[in-house]
Amino acid sequence: MNQADFQTLLPVIVLTVWALALLLVDLFVPKEKKWITALLAATGLALTIGISLTQTGQSILGFVREIKLDGIEITVSMVVLDGFSTFVSILLLFSGLMGISIAYGYLKRMGIERGEYYSLILFSIVGMMLMTQAADLIVVFIALELLSIPLYVLAAFANTNASSEESGIKYFLLGAFSGSFVVYGIALVFGATQTTAIAGVAAAASAGTANVPLMLAGSGLILVGFGFKVAAVPFQMWTPDVYQGAPTSVTAFMAAGAKIAGFAALMRVFSTAFPSIAADLTPILAVLAALTMIVGNVAAISQKNIKRMLAYSSIAHAGYILMAFVAFGNPELTNDAISAAIFYLVAYAVTNFGSWAIVISLEEKDGKGLALDDYAGLGKSNPLMAAAMTIFMLSLTGIPPTLGLIGKIYLFRVVVEGGFMWLAIIGVLTSLISAFYYLRVIVIMYMKDGEPKTTSESWLNFTWGTMAVATVIFSFIPASLFKWASEAVMKLF
Amino acid sequence: MEGVSVNYYIGLSAILFIIGALGVLVRRNALVIFMSVELMLNAANLAFVAFSSVNNSLDGQIFVFFIMTVAAAEVAVGLALIVAIFRSKKSIDVDQINLLKG
Repeated sequence: MNQADFQTLLPVIVLTVWALALLLVDLFVPKEKKWITALLAATGLALTIGISLTQTGQSILGFVREIKLDGIEITVSMVVLDGFSTFVSILLLFSGLMGISIAYGYLKRMGIERGEYYSLILFSIVGMMLMTQAADLIVVFIALELLSIPLYVLAAFANTNASSEESGIKYFLLGAFSGSFVVYGIALVFGATQTTAIAGVAAAASAGTANVPLMLAGSGLILVGFGFKVAAVPFQMWTPDVYQGAPTSVTAFMAAGAKIAGFAALMRVFSTAFPSIAADLTPILAVLAALTMIVGNVAAISQKNIKRMLAYSSIAHAGYILMAFVAFGNPELTNDAISAAIFYLVAYAVTNFGSWAIVISLEEKDGKGLALDDYAGLGKSNPLMAAAMTIFMLSLTGIPPTLGLIGKIYLFRVVVEGGFMWLAIIGVLTSLISAFYYLRVIVIMYMKDGEPKTTSESWLNFTWGTMAVATVIFSFIPASLFKWASEAVMKLF
Repeated sequence: MEGVSVNYYIGLSAILFIIGALGVLVRRNALVIFMSVELMLNAANLAFVAFSSVNNSLDGQIFVFFIMTVAAAEVAVGLALIVAIFRSKKSIDVDQINLLKG
């Protein structure tokens, strides 16, 4: 391991060591002082953000080696540090900070305050960051499992609570199932191209030495596996159950973090390894995106439980982000497509944490306070919180002045320029459908009478407050944010 | 290559993978589902080793070690979850794990 290798993985290494140390330190933290563990975990994340920020603009390959494929000689690497990975890693680390700030009070209130929670979150983020840096399919697989296994445990974290256990086992069985699809897909790609390095796969494909049917089958299986992870239809059936049963703070983290990492890996793998078969994959991706938007939005209408409704909404948003992938067949649009997808992920992460923080504020022990009707009267009893929830619902729908609208505009522009008019139309129509169930929450909050019980915790209030402000403020400076995202992408390989 | 053609190994691995996938979809016992997932992973292992010998590269065989390690980590978490479910439900039939629906 030389200097460059170390540099490339520095944020990941620091966070791994920190998480391991935290696991030990937590043993000596008395049960009533778990805030120390939370604080230490947040410090670790902040430190890693600092390191990542110093690496912006750098572009390094880690663990470089030469390989020979049927006469082509090519330099490949295992991991890579570029603008894209740094940008997405920082986004993931921020998600981790949000995840901890909404979890601390919640865990205490629900009586499941245990120190491992924070270490598991850190380990999961390590996996997610590694996923954004992967330049070899082996690393993609290891990162995928590293991010998933802690999430299985976290989903079942409210142990002895039957729905949390059920959520954990469902997530585990389907996660392991989808993981094996990814592995088998990688095996087939390896067979087709003689290498697992993403740059090597691309080189073999463009030189024509790859076995195309085998490679198509392999990339299809990888797509199925990642489809499960990002909850795309028809691989979405676990999502509502898992999101509903898991502790709400875990759901919030899972919805943002796992989605960001899954899409980051999809972008990396499909834009760099398989551009030669993009023409074959694009129609499939377009249909998947359309189905995901339709199923997610339509199923959300009939939900009575806010966690379940937001779970279906998260499926629908996976569909919107998938739309960006149809532009991959067109090399001129790839950069725009990836920046639009990243921008949408930022908007989604911000809105997502805000809305889940409010769900946590209203949730009581034994799963009470989660029905939509429990939000009745929030406009009167807690006007600030109701205003913030209104902003998040508007942003999820895509109504100005919110970040969600800007994200959708960028996405739709890419899709239209890519020549998929029908997909953009489905996107707009499903957004209209989604307005029904998002606006219903606002109507219930302001028009119905009721006495919702809200919990006021300083970190929780801070989270939804800042997220609401960010949703509105960023929507006025989208150009600079988008420019940042596209500069990140320009440095992708 | 001497002896059995490598295509048979690939074919066997595809069959194992399909048996595993069907097992996940058809069986109702969480433990058996989990075993089917392991079968799928091992099908991938077999494919890696076979392709590795075709391609004359050791990458595939090294990948197998990674998959084994990850599978072991998954077993640790998975069995713990199954035990936890069994303690509270006295059953690991996935049809009875049906609290969440709608």
